[in-house]
Amino acid sequence: MKILVAVKRVIDYNVQIRVKEDGTGVVTDNVKMSTNPPDDNAIEEAVKIKEAGKATEVVAVTVGEEKAQETVRKALAVGADRGIHVKVEGTLEPLAVSKILQKIVDKEKPDLVFMGKQAIDDDCNQTGQMLSALLNWPQATFASKIDVKDNKLEVTREIDEGLETIEINVPAIVTCDLRLNEPRYASLPNIMKAKKKPIEEIAASDLGVDVSPRLEQLKVEEPPKRKAGIKVANVAELVQKLKNEAKVI
Amino acid sequence: MAILLIAEHNNKELRPFTLNAATAASQIDSDVHAVIIGQNSADAAKQLSELPVVKKVLSVEADYYENFTAENFTPVIVKLAENYSHIVCSANTFGKNLMPRIAAHLDTSQVSDIIKVISPDTFLRPIYAGNAFATIKSNDAKKCVTIRPTSFDPCESTGGSAPIEKVDASEEFSNTKFIKREEIKSDRPELGTARIVVSGGRGMQSGDNFKLITEIADKLGAAIGASRAAVDAGYISNDHQVGQTGKVVVPDLYIAVGISGAIQHLAGMKESKVIVAINKDGEAPIFSVADYGLEADLFEALPQFMEELNKLNTIQK
Repeated sequence: MKILVAVKRVIDYNVQIRVKEDGTGVVTDNVKMSTNPPDDNAIEEAVKIKEAGKATEVVAVTVGEEKAQETVRKALAVGADRGIHVKVEGTLEPLAVSKILQKIVDKEKPDLVFMGKQAIDDDCNQTGQMLSALLNWPQATFASKIDVKDNKLEVTREIDEGLETIEINVPAIVTCDLRLNEPRYASLPNIMKAKKKPIEEIAASDLGVDVSPRLEQLKVEEPPKRKAGIKVANVAELVQKLKNEAKVI
Repeated sequence: MAILLIAEHNNKELRPFTLNAATAASQIDSDVHAVIIGQNSADAAKQLSELPVVKKVLSVEADYYENFTAENFTPVIVKLAENYSHIVCSANTFGKNLMPRIAAHLDTSQVSDIIKVISPDTFLRPIYAGNAFATIKSNDAKKCVTIRPTSFDPCESTGGSAPIEKVDASEEFSNTKFIKREEIKSDRPELGTARIVVSGGRGMQSGDNFKLITEIADKLGAAIGASRAAVDAGYISNDHQVGQTGKVVVPDLYIAVGISGAIQHLAGMKESKVIVAINKDGEAPIFSVADYGLEADLFEALPQFMEELNKLNTIQK
């Protein structure tokens, strides 16, 4: 079984986001960037499945500008076998990314495609589902547990009401939740080794996919700020304030 | 063209956020039709027909619709979509799972998780865990939109009498099989719609200690929430998680206990009307969004809180 894992480069989850004064977006210059956190879980799961002898190859793919390649290199350092970097300028909408990934799937013919359930920058939560639609493959979204059984996967999904378990036939798409596993850190020797693993570079324009934007971002602004609150001295004061001032209990 | 609302239900009754999605749909255009796909879902279809904002109900029944699989729902909606300008549903796990699959089939760039309808083609949505708001205009002929339920009031649920029309089922998708659903049943209000939420974080130190929160929640008629750290540590189940990748809540009162206030958690609760933070670390970021902050050891503060509540003559429910 061959697993393709899609990873995205985003502003690191610890960075305090600042909106640009001209309202065109958020500040990305000189800001720490990392792999989208649930994409790390996707890589980890693929590598674990390979280590358990149930997969033969793990291929990491990213779609993005020059520096997005760092996320592929990181995936190689934690166990992916090789990488693919589809180069584009600027940011693409999830629909365009899923069309590009469809082309990569056509070429690589993986049995499974894993990725994070959501990117923490645009918070769209679309790409996995869109790719599975384009391929007409089953989709297991928000996965917190994956059991590989021959040509099937049993996947536990986190849903609003609790947990749901489904069985999907391979080939299939899985989007991963943060609780799926604990991503490992890359060791120094493995980081060195990863530098020798191949990364194929493909220009998005060579794939014959229409990636033109359908959405216009008219404005990006700061959300309304909450006004500063007060500290209370003790529990009695807190309950009195909630009862008599805020009138919520 | 009219708007198509996708109803979320459990085959017996509508799930509450369908009413919020109906409100959002009616803000795009007053001609709202609603599709309900299920098995033996006639009662839920009737409920849907009674929403005054819904002008027509489309009911689709088959045994393979019993478990709301996106792969089965998609072809039905894609076929119906030719008569509609917008497809709308909630941005909860139901809609997040389903809508992008529909959008890709329609070759449409979906607009996710909107918090405001500015015009029929322009919407406001949070990005970066709510640390920025983006105004997005869709230039697609057909628009697929998911709405953040807590940003729209539920519509009236009675008084309407829309006609219910049967629509043929589509073929079954055989590569996905439902196995089971483990729902955590509770008599408490639902987290997403509760008037009061009491949430615990890593500071609770164990699942057992959550009983301190349970007691207070029961006294206040509140739902119980949790930070991701508390769920990851196994103190409480995932359906309680509030935050960027969990649920978004906007209660009248949110009490955060032993929660430091990572931006990912704030994304799920900072629109609450009144926020209380109880934390022994006076520098914890949660205090920056709290209306009332109490710097205290929660293991002392929570029993005292319960005592003070017991002293009150009345408690709003």
